[in-house]
Amino acid sequence: MKAALALIRRDIALAFREGGAIGVALGFYLVVIAIAPFGLGPDLNLLSRVAPGLLWIALLLAALLSADRIFHNDYEDGSLDVLAMGTLPLAGVAASKSLAHWITTCVPLALLAPVLGLLLNFPIHTIPLLVLAMLVGTPAVSFIASIGASLTLGLRRSGLLVALLVLPLYVPVLIFGVSTISAAVTGPGSPWPPFLMLCAISLASMVLAPLAAAAALRTGFR
Amino acid sequence: MSSPFTVTLETQGIACDRGGRRLFEDLSFALAPGDALLVQGPNGTGKTSLMRQIAGLLPLAAGEVSVAGAEADTPVAELCHYVGHLNGVKASLSVRENLTFWTDYLRTDASGGDVDAALGVFGLTPIADISAGYLSAGQKRKLALARLFACPRPIWLLDEPSVSLDVASVEWLRQAIESHGKAGGIAIVSTHVPLGGAFTHTLDLHTVDAAEEPTP
Amino acid sequence: MTFSLTNLANPTRFLNFAGAVIPWLAVLTAILLGVGLYQAFFVAPADYQQGETVRIMYIHVPAAWVGMGCYVVIAIAALGTLIWRHPLADVAAKAAAPIGATFTFVILVTGSLWGKPMWGTYWVWDARLTSLLVLFLLYLGLIALWQAIEEPGRAGRAAAILALVGAVNLPIIKFSVDWWNTLHQPSSVLRADGPTIDSALLTPLFVMGGAFLALFVLLHLIAMRAEILRRRVRVLQQTQVAQAARA
Repeated sequence: MKAALALIRRDIALAFREGGAIGVALGFYLVVIAIAPFGLGPDLNLLSRVAPGLLWIALLLAALLSADRIFHNDYEDGSLDVLAMGTLPLAGVAASKSLAHWITTCVPLALLAPVLGLLLNFPIHTIPLLVLAMLVGTPAVSFIASIGASLTLGLRRSGLLVALLVLPLYVPVLIFGVSTISAAVTGPGSPWPPFLMLCAISLASMVLAPLAAAAALRTGFR
Repeated sequence: MSSPFTVTLETQGIACDRGGRRLFEDLSFALAPGDALLVQGPNGTGKTSLMRQIAGLLPLAAGEVSVAGAEADTPVAELCHYVGHLNGVKASLSVRENLTFWTDYLRTDASGGDVDAALGVFGLTPIADISAGYLSAGQKRKLALARLFACPRPIWLLDEPSVSLDVASVEWLRQAIESHGKAGGIAIVSTHVPLGGAFTHTLDLHTVDAAEEPTP
Repeated sequence: MTFSLTNLANPTRFLNFAGAVIPWLAVLTAILLGVGLYQAFFVAPADYQQGETVRIMYIHVPAAWVGMGCYVVIAIAALGTLIWRHPLADVAAKAAAPIGATFTFVILVTGSLWGKPMWGTYWVWDARLTSLLVLFLLYLGLIALWQAIEEPGRAGRAAAILALVGAVNLPIIKFSVDWWNTLHQPSSVLRADGPTIDSALLTPLFVMGGAFLALFVLLHLIAMRAEILRRRVRVLQQTQVAQAARA
C-alpha cells in the first residue's frame, strides 16, 4: 500500500536525520562487546566459545534500547493520532514502523557483528552464516520490541520497562539464533534446523506482533 | 477543484468517560453539508474528548457516531481531518516534506492532494524548503492546519486551531472554514478566539448534563 | 440466589459474595493444609533413594500446578477484559498476578532446595526449572506493567494484551527451552522430575493440591476485594477534586 511505503520511507529518513540514532545503537553494541573481555578474561579460546551468545545478547540489548523510538516520538508530537486516521489500519502502521526499525537499527547491527566478532576471535569462515542468521532473526527482535514499545506509550522509565517485558519473549530467538551459529562453529549437527525455526519465529512475529501492538496503541491514546 | 461534499454526520446519545468520571452523556446532534459547529465550555468539560471520539481516537462510553452520504463502510475516521493541540510536525523534515508525507499518507485515491496549493493557503510557500525545526510556534501551527488542504476530507475537527496564530492568520483560518462549508464540508471547532460568523450551530458542553456516579 | 458469572459482574454484589465466602474458605484451607502437611511429613513414607528430602515434593508439585494454573486464569481474564469487556475481569487479572508470581517463586525455591541434595548444586538449568523461571519473569513483567500505568482501565487492557502475548509465547518458549536443554545435556542422567510417584504417596499429594487450590482461591478473592475497594477510594478522591474545582 502506498500509505505504508510512505510511512516506511519517512521513518527511515527520520532515523538518519534525527541526531545519530543509528550511530548510538552501533556505538552501544561496540562498547558492550569491547568491555566483555575485561569481565571474562582475554583467553581467546573462551571468548570464541562465548562469542555467538555474546554477540546475540548485545544485539538484543542494543535493539531493545532503541525500541521506544518506534512509537514514542510520533506519540509525543501528535503524529500518531493522524496516522491512526489514514486508510492504513493501525496494525499496518505498527508493522510499517517495526519494519522501518528493523531496517534502520537491526540491519546495521547485524552488519557490524562480524567486525565485533573479530574482537572475540570468532572464526572467519562462519561469518557469512552469522550475518545471515542475524538478518533472519532480527525481524522478530524488532516486531516483538514494538509490542513492548506500544504497551508503554507515554510512560516514564519506559526503556527499562520495555526490556523487562520483552526479554523473556526473546528466549526462543536467542536459543535458535545462537544454536545456528554454534552448530556451524563447533558442531555437532547441522545449523539448518535451528535456522529454519528462526525463520518461522520471525515470520510468525511479523504477522502477529502488529496485531498486539495495534491493540496496545489503542489503549494508550489519551 | 474537487466536487462538493455530501456527507452528513450524526451522533446519537454519545457519552464520554475520562478518569472514572462521566464528562457528558446522551449527547445527540446532526450536521448537514455546510454546517459549522462551535463547541464551547470551560476546561475539562470534554471538548477535546468529544472531537477525539468522533475522530475514533477515544472509545465511546455509549451511543453511536454515524455518517451518511459516503462510500459504504468507510470508517468515520477516514472522513475526518483532525487538528488537535499537537501539531504532528517533524522537526527534521522540511515544511514541504512534512506536508508531502501527510498528502501521500492520507489520500484515498490517485487524484487530489496538491501540496503547493496547501502551502499557499497560509503563506508557507517562502519557507517550504526550510527544516520544520526552525519554525516559530505560529508557523508550526499553520503547517499543521495546512494538512487540511493536503487532501480533501468532508469533516474537519479543529481543537483550538487559532492558538499561536497572528491576526492575519486567524482571518485566513476563518475564510478557510467558510470555504469548506461552501463546498459542502462540515466543521466542528472548539475555540476561545472569536472566529466571526463562520458558525451555524453552537454546542455548550457546560450545560450538557453530566451524571456523577462513580464507576468502579 | 442464582449463581452465575454475570451476576457477580456487579462489583457490589461481588463484594458481598466474597465477604460471605472468604471466612468459610479460610477454614477449609486451614483444614486441608493441616491434613495435607501432616500426611506429607508424618504419614507418607520417605523415599528409599532421597530420604526425607522427597517431602519437599509435596509442596513443590502442588505449587507448580497452581503457579501454572494461575497464568491460565490470567489469560482467561485477559480475554474477558478485551473481548467480553467483563467489568471484573481486569480486577481478577491484577489480583492474580502477584499470587502467581509468589507460587512460582515457591516452586523455584523448593526446586532449588530439593535439588541441592540430589544434584549437589542449588540451581541447574534443566528444561523444567528454566521454563518456570521464564514464567516467573512473565509474571514480574505483568506486575511491573500494572504498577507503571496509573489509570486502571488502560492498565487493565495493556496487561491483558501482555498476558495474551505471553500465553501465545509460552508454548514456543517451552519448546525452545526443551530443545536447548537436550542440545547441551544429551546424555543427562538427571531426572529432575523426581522419582515416579508410588500410589501410597498420591493421597497426600492430592490433599496438598486441594489445599493449595483452596489457598489460591482464598488469596485471590481477598486480593480482588482489596483491589475493588482501592479503586473506589480512587474514584471518590477524584470526585472530591472535581467538585472542589467547580466550587
